[in-house]
Parts: sequence; structure tokens; C-alpha cells
Amino acid sequence: MIRFDGVTKRYADGTVAVDHLDLEVPTGEITVLVGPSGCGKTTSLRMINRMIDPSEGRIMLDDVDVRTIDPPTLRRGIGYVIQQAGLFPHRTILDNIATVPYLLGWDRKRARSTALELLERVGLAPEMARRYPFQLSGGQQQRVGVARALAADPPVLLMDEPFSAVDPVVRASLQDELIRLQAELHKTIVFVTHDIDEAIKLGDRVAVLRVGGKLAQVADPATLLAAPADGFVREFLGRDRGIRRLSFVADTGLRLRSDLVVPVTSDLSRVAGVAADVESPWLAVVDEDNRPLGWVAPADLPRAGTLRDVRPLPYGTFVRGKDSLRTALDAALLSPSGCAIAVNGDGRVIGVATRESLDEALALAASEAPEPHDAPVREDADG
Amino acid sequence: MNWLIEFFSDPANWSGSSGIPVRLLEHLEFTLAALLPAALIAIPLGLLIGHTGRGALIVVVSANLARALPTLGLLVLIVLLLGTATVLPVLIPLVVLAIPPILVNTYEGIRGVDHDLRDAAYGMGLRGPQVLVRVLVPVALPLILLGLRLAAIQVVATATVASYVSLGGLGRYIIDGLATKDYPSVVGGSVLVGGFALAMQGLFALADRLLVSPGVSRRVRTAKIR
Ligand SMILES: Nc1ncnc2c1ncn2[C@@H]1O[C@H](COP(=O)(O)OP(=O)(O)OP(=O)(O)O)[C@@H](O)[C@H]1O
Ligand SMILES: [Mg+2]
Repeated sequence: MIRFDGVTKRYADGTVAVDHLDLEVPTGEITVLVGPSGCGKTTSLRMINRMIDPSEGRIMLDDVDVRTIDPPTLRRGIGYVIQQAGLFPHRTILDNIATVPYLLGWDRKRARSTALELLERVGLAPEMARRYPFQLSGGQQQRVGVARALAADPPVLLMDEPFSAVDPVVRASLQDELIRLQAELHKTIVFVTHDIDEAIKLGDRVAVLRVGGKLAQVADPATLLAAPADGFVREFLGRDRGIRRLSFVADTGLRLRSDLVVPVTSDLSRVAGVAADVESPWLAVVDEDNRPLGWVAPADLPRAGTLRDVRPLPYGTFVRGKDSLRTALDAALLSPSGCAIAVNGDGRVIGVATRESLDEALALAASEAPEPHDAPVREDADG
Repeated sequence: MNWLIEFFSDPANWSGSSGIPVRLLEHLEFTLAALLPAALIAIPLGLLIGHTGRGALIVVVSANLARALPTLGLLVLIVLLLGTATVLPVLIPLVVLAIPPILVNTYEGIRGVDHDLRDAAYGMGLRGPQVLVRVLVPVALPLILLGLRLAAIQVVATATVASYVSLGGLGRYIIDGLATKDYPSVVGGSVLVGGFALAMQGLFALADRLLVSPGVSRRVRTAKIR
């Protein structure tokens, strides 16, 4: 665990970048520092590996004051990823990744085989190993930056806007990659970003800082979205936080109906009857494998032939027990029926969430939202 | 053209203490004798100042001095003061001449290394000297070599004139030739000096290829598809 104990950083010119920060970064979790430009995120992060030393207070790393550890030694035990990757241009990708192992005196062979493993782990082809940084795209360089930080298997990883210099598509894939890596590695990660969506996507906990280096709120993303501590945090979270909060509501509250599902082999002459029986204008069609094909409105169908003869309308699915209520809602909005098809992990249909059941789940989610703190929080309130 | 043939076909020009091989060797000798000490002073100094950021004034002063310094005048002055009995009087101005380009380029090379790169190096846990040796020098190497190359050009050119005051070297052909109106010797000597300077350039181009990482010069050594 990393603990900030009343940490203040005052630069030589008098700028207070961080102001009495108290913060705990739990072991094995991703803690995101987020806030507007200049709020002291980078400064806070760099005080952990002593790239900057605090003016007041202390930072404890597993109950040891980092100030008692010689900086290079401390840094070799902490992975560090920066925005521009900062790869060594004169070294091959493999040697870049092996930087810290070399420093720690590992023999070359072990360092390189570890580096090669990491290269693949961050999703790069082994052929990249012999290239130089200038031969890689920005996104690939960033992956190498992550691999380099992980090379000596440090328990702690510091990441300063590591994905902000790449385009949105690459950024999303790097974020997914980090989530996947973290599921395997369980590092203690401090991640700095000014992008609240990235913070909410990646963070187990999100610490919102305001300019002047004060902690505004620290909470898990769902709580943050549901109950921003004050106007600043609410504004920073943006407009659609109600919808976004649904990302953190499990879909397990959704009632599913399996009687709205019909096989594609059904005779059209019978389909209208089924619809009448289940009292629904819409039926979900599945193939012989029980995979979704789409929606039909039996009232509009001819009376001869089977469902194979008609073209079903578009649909959306969500994975039961895995996806959030937001995904289910999204799936419903993609279908003319306004219902979402629930599938299991194999993509087989297990039922349908109707508008009524979505309504119920939304109402439940809304009722579970904590009371918003509408009373203004005083500026000098600590956290 | 005829002069050239005359000069190079004269067997007298190929042997003895004033033969081409000896003169060439002399020229090479005091080019190196000037460059080496200059490099030994200027490179460490440039690295140190560039890395620590302290003493930048020395670099500025040295750069300006180089522009203002009348090397030839200095040369003559020192020879007048110390006489021509030893080689040293001629070497001192040559060394002084060679220091600024090496110092300035080494310093600029180190200073110019991307801040993020320096930051990343420290962030990985490299110590100050390791940052310098393992990161800054390899990245700044093209500029350091450029400084040496510029210094070499100047030394070669000035050393030719240095023949005037005392030393041997290829300059003798030109100076003695002028004195005796031996024009084949003047032209031949000029060609030799030119060739020597070119060979020097070639040497540095080779050093660039061999010493600078392909990742820095952006030459791709390994084929992309294998
Ligand atoms: N070396 C320095 N000297 C003086 N002031 C500094 C220094 N470094 C940062 N600051 C100031 O401290 C404050 C916090 O800077 P910091 O870099 O920590 O912000 P940040 O939250 O990382 O911002 P950004 O999102 O723009 O990266 C800013 O007002 C900045 O101008
Ligand atoms: Mg920053």
C-alpha cells in the first residue's frame, strides 16, 4: 500500500502544486488520479518514486517512508510509464524492455528472455524485438513503455497519462490491454489522467483533484458517479453521469422471459398464435444452435412458409451475468422491439429482457443511488 | 595538369625526408597531435557541463573566442616567443583552435537530448553517470562526432599554414614551392592537402556508421521483413 500523509509540494517559485494530500493507494488495485490540467497529478505521482520530493508530509510505501530509500534503488522497484513513452532511441526494443533487469545485474540471457516474454504479453509480435523505437507507431511504443516498466516485475506501477498521446481507437485498445494485464498481475497501480472516462473505465478507485492540489473526492467509480461530493466533482464528471453509472449496475436484476423466443424452423402459420399467447407484438428468432437471428413482428408476417422465409429485424444482445445494465439498455435501444436479447457466455440465447423488466431495473438502480450531496462543500474541507 | 604529372612522377618526390610519404605522415602526425589533446579536454568538459548544466558560460566564451581568435597570428606570436626548436609552439594554437567546435557540439548534443528521455532514464533508476554514459552520450554521439569533424577540418587547414613557421607536412610543398616558384610543387601540394582532408572526412563518415546506433541515425540495419 502507498499512503500519502499530509503531503504538500511547494515549488521554488511558490506554486503550491499539492496541498495537504492524504490518500491511500490500496495494494493490487488501480487508483486513478484525475483532475483538470495543473491540479498536481504529475507532481503527486512523481513524489512516489522521488522524482520530486515533498515539501511537507511523507509518503509511505508498505510502511517505509520513501525518503529513507536512495532514489535510484527506489525507482528500480517501481515501474514508471510516461506519456511520450521515453524509449531509448539507440537501443532495440528488446534492450529497452530489459533496461531495469540490466541495471539490477541480471545476466543478459535472463534479462532478454524476460523482455521477450513481456513483449508478447503487451501484445506485440516477437519480430518487434530487434527494431528500434523509431520503427514503431506511437501506440506500439506505448506498449513497449508498459513492458519496460513491468520488466523487473515491480509490485508498483506509476503511469502518467500513458495513453493520452495516441488516437482514441488505439487508446481504447491500450486501456483494454491494461485491464487484461492487471487481471493477471495484480499490481498496485497509480494512474494519472485528465480524462474522466478513462479514470472511470480503469480505476478501482478514482481520486479527483482540484486545481491548487486539493483532493476533492476519492471513491470507487460507481459511487463517484452516483454521489459526487460537490459541485466541482459533479461538473468534472460531466452531463451524462446518470447513464454512465449504469455501467456499474449488474444486469442480474433484470427479469428475463424465455417465452418470447422462437426457433427459426417455426411455421409462420403458428407464429402469430405464439405472439398472441405471450401477449407480445415482438418475438426473438434463434437458429438451430440457439443463437440470435433477430426480431420479427408476427402481425406483419405472411401466413405461409417458415420463419426462414422472412428477414428478421436488427437486435442487440448482452451477456447475462457479465455485462452491465447499461449494455443491456444499449442492446434494447438497438432493436425496433425495444427489448434486449440475453445470451450466455457462448452467445446462446437464454431469454429476453423486455421494456417492462428494463424499466423495473432502472427504477431499482435509481432508488439505490445515494442521496446526492447538493449542499456545497466548503473549499477548506479536507476530502 | 602537366604540373601535376610532373610533380607526382618525379621520383625525388617519393623518397627522402621531403618525400610525399614522409610529409603525409608528418601531416597526419600533427593533425592527430592537435586533435587528440583537444578532444581529451573538450569532450569531458562538454559532457560535464551539458549534463550538470553548470559552467555553460565556459562554452559560450569558448565559442565566441573561436570566432574572434586570429589563429595564424597566435601561431606566429607563439613561434616568435618560443622559437621553432620544438613542435609544441605550433601545437598549442592548433589545440586551442580545435577545442571550441568539439566543446560546443558536445555540449549542445547533451543539452539537446529530449527532456522526456532524460526523465525516463532517471525514472527507470539510472544514476546520474549512468544516464550520461548509457543514454545521453549515445544519443548525442552524432553531434559529438560532428564537433570532432569540424575541428579536424580546421586543424588540417591551419596545419598546412603551420608548415610556414616550422613544421613539415604537406604544407611545405606549397610554401617552399611558392618561395622557389616551383609551381608543380605548389599544385601537387594543394592536391595532396585536399586529398588528405577528404580522407579525413571519409574517416569520420565511417566512424558515424560504426559508432552511432542505427536507432539514432535512423538507418535500418535489420531488414524489416526476414
Ligand atoms: N518545476 C516546477 N516549478 C514550478 N511550478 C511547477 C513545476 N512543475 C509543476 N509546476 C506547477 O505545479 C502545478 C501542478 O503541476 P502538475 O504538473 O503536477 O500538474 P498536472 O495535474 O500533472 O497537470 P497536467 O494535466 O497539465 O499534466 C501547476 O500549476 C504547475 O504549473
Ligand atoms: Mg501532468
